[in-house]
Amino acid sequence: MSWFSQTLTSSIGKKLLMALTGLFLISFLVVHATINAMIFYNDGGETFSHWGHFMGTNPIIRTLEIGLVIGFIIHIADGLLLWKNNRDARPVKYAVNNAAANSTWYSRSMGLLGTLLLIFLVVHTSQFWIPNRSNQFATGEELNLYQMMLETFQNPVIVLVYVLGCISLFWHLLHGFKSAFQSLGLNHVKYNGLISFVGTAFSIIVPILFALMPISIYLGWVK
Amino acid sequence: MRLSLKVWRQSNKDAAGGFEEYKLDHVSPDMSFLEMFDVLNEQLVVEGKEPVSFDHDCREGICGACSMYINGRPHGPLRGVTTCQLHMRSFNDGDTIVVEPWRAQAFPVIKDLVVDRDAFDRVISAGGFVSVNTGNAQDANALPIAKEAADDAFAAAACIGCGACVAACKNASAMLFVSAKISQLALLPQGQAERSIRAEKMVAQMDAEGFGACTNTGACSAECPKEISLENIARMNREYIGAKFSSSAV
Repeated sequence: MSWFSQTLTSSIGKKLLMALTGLFLISFLVVHATINAMIFYNDGGETFSHWGHFMGTNPIIRTLEIGLVIGFIIHIADGLLLWKNNRDARPVKYAVNNAAANSTWYSRSMGLLGTLLLIFLVVHTSQFWIPNRSNQFATGEELNLYQMMLETFQNPVIVLVYVLGCISLFWHLLHGFKSAFQSLGLNHVKYNGLISFVGTAFSIIVPILFALMPISIYLGWVK
Repeated sequence: MRLSLKVWRQSNKDAAGGFEEYKLDHVSPDMSFLEMFDVLNEQLVVEGKEPVSFDHDCREGICGACSMYINGRPHGPLRGVTTCQLHMRSFNDGDTIVVEPWRAQAFPVIKDLVVDRDAFDRVISAGGFVSVNTGNAQDANALPIAKEAADDAFAAAACIGCGACVAACKNASAMLFVSAKISQLALLPQGQAERSIRAEKMVAQMDAEGFGACTNTGACSAECPKEISLENIARMNREYIGAKFSSSAV
């Protein structure tokens, strides 16, 4: 094995990959949340569609999108691999385990939260991203995503699924954001407070912003 | 104090183990947890039964020999203490206490509550040392060391290698132990010569032993009897990644 693959398959290397792809996906969330928040202009989707069109057709964004898919795949595959390795490291479980005394439940449940997010991702992309891109490949035309949102979020069950997805995202980010910096070795007395503050604020603001979108459409606030 | 104990009994490495329940009627609140086990063992010997095997040595909280997973936590309910420094006054009359060995692939049970912690020794052998040529000891002031570096190195060197970090971690990860050992040497001038090869070799050995990876839950540091900081794990990550990408070892 070359030194490079040796590094990336080591326990620390796998964490490095999780951290780097995690932070990359966090940067994607910023863009995704910002563009989608354009629906709150409540202008019949004009601003949203303008930016949606830019994101769907700009060659630089489309190239970055390939990187995004790869980032998702690495984060998911590496996460599953780590989950398996970590499980194998303790073949016999404790009869009594008081883990709540030393750590938070969500920091111990990143695999579970990640799996919930993966299920949500499949549901979410099959409703918007996949149909839109397949239509672009087939006809060269984009779908009216704004209209699709208005129609999709009339169903309370789908709205609930999206809200649950956002709740999973909140807990996943609450640990993941700070954890990524620690995995990268970025633990410094001068910056730990800032990382923790930004991490917590990000984990609250972004999922609330996302959850407000289906809720606002369902309640007719955004038309 | 009257206590019920549920203790893991396992006759050898390959045998299937199980819990045995014991009653103790005259436990003094001033006994240490290990002294309570001594009383139990005396009782078992009188009854012609096999005493419970458990690791212990200094009984003053500095050797790292005693282990025991007590009521779901390594070294029991208190912070910053080893099992030998845990006293029965931390429990209540009538309590049932469950005692298990450390559980990890890399720490196989040898007998009852005794686990094989040789994996830690092999990690140290892989690089947790400094090579010093023989000769006269040089003047202590020839190597200036910042007070902060000396303090951090000392705090890392407080690790007694008990394995509570591995026991507490949901992934049975040894990263707090390994990072403390890497840190104590990386922070001092004497450790510089082998700094990068040390990080590479110790982490490789840690992985080969079958310890899990860190998910930054912080359970290790919270349960560490010497309260080793998570900063050491971040330092180890820097040392390892830096060494891997810059050392001449291909």
